[in-house]
Amino acid sequence: MNSKNMLVKIVSVMMVFSVLLTACGAPATATEAPATQAPAEETEAPAATAAPAETEAPVGKIYDGVTIDILTFVGPQVAEPLQRRGPDFTELTGATVNIITVPNSELYQKVLTDAVSGTNAYDGYLFAPAWVVDFAPAGLIEDLTPYVEADAALEWDDVAPFFRDFNSYDGKVYSIPLDGDMHMVYYRIDSLEEAGLEPPKTWDDYLAVAKALNGKDLNGDGEGDYGSCISKAPAQQSYWWIWSIAAPYIQSQGSSQGPFFNTADMTPLVNNDAFKRALEVYKETGLYGPPDETNQGVGDSRGLFLQGRCALTMDWGDIGPLAIDPANSKVIDKTGAISNPGSTEVLDWATGKLVPCDATTCPYAVDGVNHAPFASFGGWAGAVNAAVDQKEKDAAYAFFSYMAQPAQSNADVVVGATGYNPFRISQFENIQPWIDAGFSQSAAEQYLNGIKESFDSPNMAADLRIPKSQQYIQVELDRILSLYIAGDLTTDEASQQLYDSWEAITETEGREAQLTFYKGTIGAK
Amino acid sequence: MNTNPQGPTQIGLGLEPHSYKIMKTQTEEPQPFRLHSVISTFADRMAGSVFILPTVLALLFLSIFPLIASLYVSLAKFDIAPGGFKLTFVGLDNYKKLFEGSEGIHFLGKFAPSTPLTWVVFGVVVIALAIFMARYLLNVRVSISGLMGRVLLSLGLGLITWMLVYTLWNEGRLGTASTTLVYVFVGIFFQFILGLSLAMLTVQRLPGRRFFRVIFLLPMMITPVGIAYMFRMLTDTSKGPFTPIWQAMGLSDFSWVNNAWGARTAILIGDVWQWTPFMFIVLVAALESQPVEPIEAATVDGANSWQIFQHITWPAILPVSMTLILIRLIEAFKIVDLPNVMTNGGPGTATQSLTYHAFINWRALNIGGSAAVAYMLLFLVTFFAMIFVNLIRQRTVETL
Repeated sequence: MNSKNMLVKIVSVMMVFSVLLTACGAPATATEAPATQAPAEETEAPAATAAPAETEAPVGKIYDGVTIDILTFVGPQVAEPLQRRGPDFTELTGATVNIITVPNSELYQKVLTDAVSGTNAYDGYLFAPAWVVDFAPAGLIEDLTPYVEADAALEWDDVAPFFRDFNSYDGKVYSIPLDGDMHMVYYRIDSLEEAGLEPPKTWDDYLAVAKALNGKDLNGDGEGDYGSCISKAPAQQSYWWIWSIAAPYIQSQGSSQGPFFNTADMTPLVNNDAFKRALEVYKETGLYGPPDETNQGVGDSRGLFLQGRCALTMDWGDIGPLAIDPANSKVIDKTGAISNPGSTEVLDWATGKLVPCDATTCPYAVDGVNHAPFASFGGWAGAVNAAVDQKEKDAAYAFFSYMAQPAQSNADVVVGATGYNPFRISQFENIQPWIDAGFSQSAAEQYLNGIKESFDSPNMAADLRIPKSQQYIQVELDRILSLYIAGDLTTDEASQQLYDSWEAITETEGREAQLTFYKGTIGAK
Repeated sequence: MNTNPQGPTQIGLGLEPHSYKIMKTQTEEPQPFRLHSVISTFADRMAGSVFILPTVLALLFLSIFPLIASLYVSLAKFDIAPGGFKLTFVGLDNYKKLFEGSEGIHFLGKFAPSTPLTWVVFGVVVIALAIFMARYLLNVRVSISGLMGRVLLSLGLGLITWMLVYTLWNEGRLGTASTTLVYVFVGIFFQFILGLSLAMLTVQRLPGRRFFRVIFLLPMMITPVGIAYMFRMLTDTSKGPFTPIWQAMGLSDFSWVNNAWGARTAILIGDVWQWTPFMFIVLVAALESQPVEPIEAATVDGANSWQIFQHITWPAILPVSMTLILIRLIEAFKIVDLPNVMTNGGPGTATQSLTYHAFINWRALNIGGSAAVAYMLLFLVTFFAMIFVNLIRQRTVETL
């Protein structure tokens, strides 16, 4: 071997070694930086409190050069207002806003893996406020209380009390609501009037109306339409609809009673006659719905209602503004909205049987009907990643504040495509923006009264908000419910399996700890 | 010292170059110590190992380490903790859950009561496996590894048969494991038959065959999620593009997805449509590369088309076909896009595959449970791949 070849080989070997050493050494330096920097800056006074003022009267671009990445669910609704208003916020503050979207069913997992793995690719999350109880104790999201207290432009006192509470944990605010969610029943005013039917007051009425109008031509195209459209696809929204039906059968003694667990021992309230009746009602609505309803999500059932193909549907507040949009709606001025139907029988918690409503069993009943409007999901809310730099935290908070401030929010909640529903007291009281958006006086009043009636109900049922609520609801309930809808489980089997699987989660997480959480979130003593 | 009296004269008589190098060094005169010579020799010896080291490390890092790490995760419980997460060792709990309670039904399926038919089918398979074992034991070339392999094979096939016969009929319900097996074996069967048929067609000298070759390849170039959405629309009887056809046939109130087998069939159709082109293109290449002479000779001898296919074409393409099926077999076990998009795994859990099952657990942050399902999938894929390689492919190729 000549010396030239030898030199080439030696250099090659050294190069390979140096590449390996560089590769091995790189991560060590990369992992050190973020962890130490963020807490050090956290001790400073929250700079973001100045940001909302900036959005009101910009005096300079305090977030020039700052880029914030916000994670939320794939739109177009919910993400659309963020994307649309991002450039406006940039204009005001200098911060660049990137909106990253993932499917709804993956959002929880995505947020958590981002935070717990230390990746911290996102500065803020727009997610379900029910998840705050998972993230806040672990220190994954920022305590926003000092930000909110110093933020006059947010008008926090104008946010309805339920949403202020639902976005808090342990007395501290962890997320800023951009949306208010409450299930309601929508009906076709013209179709019910023609058939001489009243809007349903109970779930039995709902089934009777759906049955009566199923197969009738509701949109004048000569074809039979559907009595009811409530989506039933797995991994979509079934696990919320069922609680809207079950709540009035189970909860009758006020909001602090709660519909999910027995507040004495944390046993699930799903293996009793009340929940079984709710299962039967939910399944029976499918008899009066589209043939492929078991594979439909809320977007499908919403679309069918707006095309005039359904006499009844259950939805969040979205249908109200969507129904007045001439581009997408064939039910303009034909859509009525009511608070969710109730029941004339309620659960006797001691025996597990249904008993008739009277002054004792149903103290909040109206005309003998117990209502328990379900604040399903709780509305989309913005939380700030606790592990990012202070400047990014401030900018992320300022962006959520900007979105929630009346100037922006009042315009967004009256547009159906945004997916945002009213959550401020003033949005219920001031009807003018709704009329300006295209509502008729009566439609606006009926729509807002339907929601307000639900929020004002002393027997309103809040969504589950305890650790692992996602596993209780979106995994176990979803799976068992989809098996039940598919006919793979009987009502008794579904109730028993759900009871067993929820008990298993409670045992794993710790019964006492879960009970304390549960009672705390519903205000039970 | 020269240990070989014949020395280098054996070069060219079958000695390998490496031996030659040693012998050459041994017969040369002792050289004075030179530093650059020692470094050169060291570098020469180390070069191969050093150059391969990055690849080995990359493989270890990207493949072996995750495998071991995920094995540990499958034995642990994942929890969020202040500042991050914690993994608590729980032994085989995650695996145990897959075989009991409602999660057991999810994974294995719901077992129906025994009927004469299930006993007959299960009995036939058990007898076949017993004969298979007996024939091996009577063989003179019995080895411990061979015996163990066959015992494992018989046990595995027996258990899978037991699972299938009790969940496929009557009141039984398929679990994610058996649904995956249906996707794999039914899907691959039709993909191969259709792929071979199309390949046979397009190797004929027909007008437009080049055009159709490209057309037949198109489905393979579309992203699986796109295919899933397309088939979701096609099977939608109320809003899809075929709605007028469904209505004309009186099927406007029919839905593929209301019925478990209807939904599985819809997914299988999408899967066959997506993967037939892969079979097709490889089989076209195999068909075109077979020698023409035997076919011409057979034609001259009066053989008909079927005889030519059976005795010349099929043996010629068999090795390629076996490899093709093996690749698809391994790939098909991982099906997730189509059931996720087309049916969300429904109705119930009827269309969930093992990968989808693992995905659901992962989505719920049941990372340990997800890893356990993934490991069960790994065992299943390895089991079938080994059966295929050792028993079917090897024997098929040997008998040619």
